[in-house]
Order: sequence, then C-alpha cells, then structure tokens
Amino acid sequence: MPRIKGEILLDEKKISRAVTRISHEILERNSGAETLVVIGILKRGADLAKRVAGKIAQIEGVEVPVGLLDINLYRDDVHSKLDQPIIARTEILFDVVDRNVILVDDVLFTGRTIRAALDAIIDFGRPRSIQLAVLIDRGHREYPIRPDYVGKNIPTSKDDRVLVRLTERDDTEMVVIEKSGLKKKAGARRSSAKTRSEGGTKK
Amino acid sequence: MKLRSRHLLGLEETTASEIKLILDTAESFREIIERPIKKVPTLRGVTVLNLFYEPSTRTRISFELAEKRLSADTINFSRALSSVTKGESLKDTVKNIEALKINMIVVRHASTGAPYFLTQCTGSNIINAGDGRHEHPTQALLDMFTIRRKYGRLEGLRVVLVGDVKHSRVIRSNIWGLKTMGASVAICGPSTLLPYEVEEFGVDVYTHLDEAMDGADVVNVMRIQLERQQAGLFPSMREYTRLFCVTKERLKLLNKNYTIMHPGPMNRGVEITSEVADSSSSVILEQVTNGQAVRMAVLYLLSGKQREE
Repeated sequence: MPRIKGEILLDEKKISRAVTRISHEILERNSGAETLVVIGILKRGADLAKRVAGKIAQIEGVEVPVGLLDINLYRDDVHSKLDQPIIARTEILFDVVDRNVILVDDVLFTGRTIRAALDAIIDFGRPRSIQLAVLIDRGHREYPIRPDYVGKNIPTSKDDRVLVRLTERDDTEMVVIEKSGLKKKAGARRSSAKTRSEGGTKK
Repeated sequence: MKLRSRHLLGLEETTASEIKLILDTAESFREIIERPIKKVPTLRGVTVLNLFYEPSTRTRISFELAEKRLSADTINFSRALSSVTKGESLKDTVKNIEALKINMIVVRHASTGAPYFLTQCTGSNIINAGDGRHEHPTQALLDMFTIRRKYGRLEGLRVVLVGDVKHSRVIRSNIWGLKTMGASVAICGPSTLLPYEVEEFGVDVYTHLDEAMDGADVVNVMRIQLERQQAGLFPSMREYTRLFCVTKERLKLLNKNYTIMHPGPMNRGVEITSEVADSSSSVILEQVTNGQAVRMAVLYLLSGKQREE
C-alpha cells in the first residue's frame, strides 16, 4: 500500500458518524424516506450513496433505490483533454420523476462535477428536488453550487489535495489532506488534473 | 488505457487492450440509448462529416444517430447528390468540405485505402466505415461486442464466418479482431470466393459448411452479392444456397447456446433461411442496436485526440 502523507481529517469512526448524521438530516428534511432516491457520483460518491441508503434502511426500515452516475460525458472540459476519460457505467434503474433526489459525492470543490451531475440527472426526468450531500466541502467554488448536507467543512488552499479513501475500493478508510506546501512546487502538473475530479480525490 | 491512433482505419493494427477499451466504453454507452432522453452533451461543438461514396442503410444511420446522441453536428454526404458526379476528386471534395471546419470524417468508399488517403490529406480524425475489400472495423467491433455481451468473453469461443471471404471487408475485420481477442476463427465459402494465399489469415479454412459449423459457438453469416455470381464466381444462386445456406438442420452441428449473426442486409433464403434469421438464437437486430453504442464509443474516444500542431 502506498503511504499517504498528510494530515488525517477524518478516520473510520468520524466518517461513519458523518454518514449517520447526514442520513438523519435527510430523513428529517424530507419527512421520511418514501419520496427519496439516492444517486452517487462514481466512484467514491457511489460508495457513499450506498452507505447512506443502508443507513436510511436501518433507521427507517425503508429500502431507498440507489443509482450510480458517471458524469464524464457531461464534463465541461472534455475537449481540453488529449485523451478522453474512461466512461464507467451509469445505472439509474428507477424513475426520478417527482422524487426527491439525494445526490452524493465525496468532495465538493469547484462545483463543476455537480453541475455536470445536475445536467445528467435532469436527462432522466424531472425530479421534485435535487439535494446535495457531500462528505467533505473544501470550498473554492467556481460555479454557484451549495451542499444541503455536509460531513465536514474543511478550509483548504486551492492547491491542496483532499484524498478520500473508502474500504469499498481502497485498503484503508480515511480522509487526508495533503498541503500544497508539503510537496515540491506542483503548479502546472496539478492545474489540469484539478478540474477533472473535485480536488483530485479520484486519482 | 487509451487509443494510440487518432484514426480508426482497421483492426489489423489494433491491439487487444485498445479493442477492450472500445468495447468497455461501448458498454457504458449502451445504457444511454435506453434512457428516456437518449442524448449526452459530450461532443457539443464537434462537427462530423459522414462521407458515403457507397450506399448504406445501417452503417450510415447508425453513425448519424451515434453522432446525434453525443450532440455532435452532422453533415451527410452522398455521392449521387454531389459534385462528384461532375468529376470532383475525393481529395478536392474533402478539402472543400473541411474548409467549412470539420473535426471528424466517417468514410465509406469502394477503394481500399481511401480512409488512409484521407489521413494524409486532411487534418480530421478519420473513421473507416468500410473501404473496398479491406476493412469495416466498426462492424467487427459491434459483432464482437454482441458476442461478448452474450457469453461474457471472446476468448476461446469458436466463431465461423461464412460467405464471400474474398470480397468481404466485414470478414477481414472480424478475423483480425477476433484473433486478437483470442477467439478461435474459422472461415467458410466456395473456393472461388476465397482469396489467394488465404492461409495467410492464420485461421481455419473450410469449403464445406457442415465441417465449419461442427462444434462452433457463433455463426456470422455474410451477404452474398448477386454481382459475384454474374461475374462467374459461382454457378448459380441455387447451388450456393444448397451448399452454404445456414439452415435449421445445420444448426444441430453447433454447440449448445449457439448464436446466429448477420451484418445485413440479408438475402433471406439465400445465405440464411428466414427460420434461422428470426429464431431466438439470432441476434441480428441486437447487432444493429449495439452498433450504435460501439460507434458512440469510437467517436468519443477518437474525439479526444486532436491533431498535433
């Protein structure tokens, strides 16, 4: 396992508590789970979406449908890349029309991913609402997007990297921040990767 | 994982990992055509020219729809309605259309190598939609995609390609692609319709359909062209049908869970009986649907590769 340098922001326990709290908040805001569907942005947003749905089932005893969304086809920077990102499979096997959609991602950064996700979801139908749940909000929005449910707000500088590791696809579970000062001058190398995934967490 | 070239000219030079990338990407695009809104904004601002010097139903419509589903702008060129009838050359035609700012060209042409020629005289990404007797890569890719969807793999499957091996670009592309992906390939046709040095393909060659189909998993039947008979390459359609038509009786030779394919257009009752073409193991219409997803994948993957200035 490659060592992750940097400061641990959330450990396993804290991630679990954050998911639990967000699930409670979602139920409170929507007066139950009957109208809900959960859609997670691939890859780690999808893992979190499944956790939120599992938690809601535990609390409320209602199975909420979970969808997986790949937003790469809706990116605003597809043409600025030399090679196209790999497209994963979107699976939204339920109707979103008139449902309250909980959109889940791991890190909220520029807001560009979420903008793409909103466009994608609307192509599946007209939901009653779309609410955004994120594990980490690290600021630096470039589009007018705001989260409805936040695991943890973290002040960052733009060149920091926030890494989310979840046991579903990593061998560890934590959220780590790599301060830009710790690395040798990142500059040009990072600037293109940044818009690709919120905060470079999916590398 | 990425494609090495900015063009798709054929499968002979395409590697296994590139084919896998295209098929995997097509799998993701397959879902889009089942959505209520079958459109994604990915290729907004990209203009694609469909340059068809030969007639086509499936391939042209499939490409055009794939382009539209990706939000590209499309222009359709067909030879009969163009200044080609006044004698304008391929190069001049393309240069002139390209001056209107085209990004990608999908080309079908009766001359082998026409797509390659275009890569030398234009700056657009070129996709071969069938050139002469050479290759028809997207057809072979969609055939492989359809097989892989059903069996979950290509490796180790026995695939028989029946028909006019000599003139068929679909057979050629299928041979290269399937071999690269580890399938066991057999070709079958009248000896007059086998090319010289057919053994160079490195596949099993049969002139008896029963022998070719024995123990196979997939039979991909090609259209037999009437022109070939007029050219004296086989005595009569009736004889061809007797010897090479895929009939219900012959299906007994195949492995269980077999698959029947045909790239279209079919001559029912000539190379395939209606009974077989419409049977539950026929995936002929599925091939058409899958073709769109495969072409979306190819357009998408190549669109990321702009000309190196």
